[in-house]
Amino acid sequence: MDALKSGSRLEKVLKAGHFAFTGECGPPKGANVSHLKEKLAHLKGVVDAVNITDNQTAVVRMSSLAASAIMVGENLEPNYQLVCRDRNRLAIMSDILGAYSLGIRNILCLSGDHQKFGNHPEAKNVYDIDSMQLIALVKKMRDEGVFPNGEEIDEPPRLFIGAACNPFADPFEYRVYRLANKIKAGADFIQTQCIYNMDKFREFMKMAVDMGLCEKCYILAGVTPMKSVRMAQYMAAQVPGMDVPEALINRLKAAGKGNYAKEGIKIALEQIEEFKEMEGVAGVHLMAIEWEHRVPEIAEQANVLPRPEV
Amino acid sequence: MIIADRKPLEEILEMIQGSKKILILGCKGCVTVCNVGGVKEVEVLAATLKIARKKEQNDLEIHQKTIERQCDPEYIDQVKDVVGQYDAVLSMACGVGPQFLSEAYPEQKFFPAVNTEFMGGAVTHGIWEERCAGCGTCVIHLFDGMCPIARCSKSLLHGPCGGSAAGKCEIDPDVVCIWDMIVKKKMAQGRLDDLLEIRPFKDWRTARDGGPRKSIREELT
Repeated sequence: MDALKSGSRLEKVLKAGHFAFTGECGPPKGANVSHLKEKLAHLKGVVDAVNITDNQTAVVRMSSLAASAIMVGENLEPNYQLVCRDRNRLAIMSDILGAYSLGIRNILCLSGDHQKFGNHPEAKNVYDIDSMQLIALVKKMRDEGVFPNGEEIDEPPRLFIGAACNPFADPFEYRVYRLANKIKAGADFIQTQCIYNMDKFREFMKMAVDMGLCEKCYILAGVTPMKSVRMAQYMAAQVPGMDVPEALINRLKAAGKGNYAKEGIKIALEQIEEFKEMEGVAGVHLMAIEWEHRVPEIAEQANVLPRPEV
Repeated sequence: MIIADRKPLEEILEMIQGSKKILILGCKGCVTVCNVGGVKEVEVLAATLKIARKKEQNDLEIHQKTIERQCDPEYIDQVKDVVGQYDAVLSMACGVGPQFLSEAYPEQKFFPAVNTEFMGGAVTHGIWEERCAGCGTCVIHLFDGMCPIARCSKSLLHGPCGGSAAGKCEIDPDVVCIWDMIVKKKMAQGRLDDLLEIRPFKDWRTARDGGPRKSIREELT
């Protein structure tokens, strides 16, 4: 990790050893640019980069490429999410080049939620390549300056390569190896799935540290504050690969009606405090779903402000 | 083999709406084995259609025949004396049948009475599962006898994805996560290293993506 690979703010923050703090924003279900800008405004100066989701849960929205470009125009740094579900290698490569040419410097490489979950379940999926190969593709384009067919790229895209990791999916004992594979493929940073089961995450991070993975890659712990008991119950029961302990649901319940959101934020803050000290964790990725306006207060209370100058 | 499922009765009735005389043509190949388009199923469909049309007071004359295979000109030839006398012929073979028949007998209208689903096998009596996607470049040996192209919902070559939970796929608790099985077998048998390589992009030219496929065996032509 010597010279900068992309020069993105996120890369500089991590490289300088600061505890990174990233946010997330879903593009509008339409072409409502002012609404998007309004949501983004809450995150300005509060986070190092903002993930712009790519038709998350397979629900059609404004493209993450367009939303990321709008964000660049707002002087905020996007972490451009790109999924393999909707495009083949041709479209992926041209989107990567397009993203870079529009000033995007971070990319998060994902396979993507199956279209079955979305609002167009009748759609055909693509999956020409998978997330592992997408990571390797961006790395090849950036570092070797060539397309997979060996043809030279006229100005390669210098992107900071991100990948996702879900320590809570099964089989647990393999997850750390899959993470190792993503790092081997070329991931510069990792953002994890929302963490609720802290015991399991501690165990996972210990394995990652023991395998030396945290020296090769920056790991950002995923945090999503619970807004309600119902949200917690839904995530526990309905979202595959999500691990929400019963104790957490009970704690929310115990907070009493009207206090669920406050308690949810309190839990998130406690998690962030622990992540700051946890070996191998380089930052937090805060996924405050449709709660962008609450991010500033969470950041404030989490003592991650002001964000470092880099 | 090829697995098919009979079309809903309403759809078949609609196909033959204006017909007075039809032939139901079965196939003794895959569709007989998966109990959807053999002699027995031809009989059942004939009886069902007869009753349905009787109810509408619109009687239907139905003839039945089942040939060895509908994917072979040699057997397609066996119906040359009968086609032409029907308003419609319902093929109960896979999607190959109605096409071979239409090519051989351009004047006759053929309708598919089944939906062709996948290549698979019977896992237990009455239940069939997909096993092959016909991608044209078999990689099963790399994954300990399990094909992620056909059996992973995302055809991942580096699974399991983050939606794998308790051995099941995120799309449906009734769908096995094949990557869970691949990983567990590799780990149990000490071949974890197989999974720690980044595989090259798959060449989809041998799959349907390369255009309609043809197999030529010179020694037989």
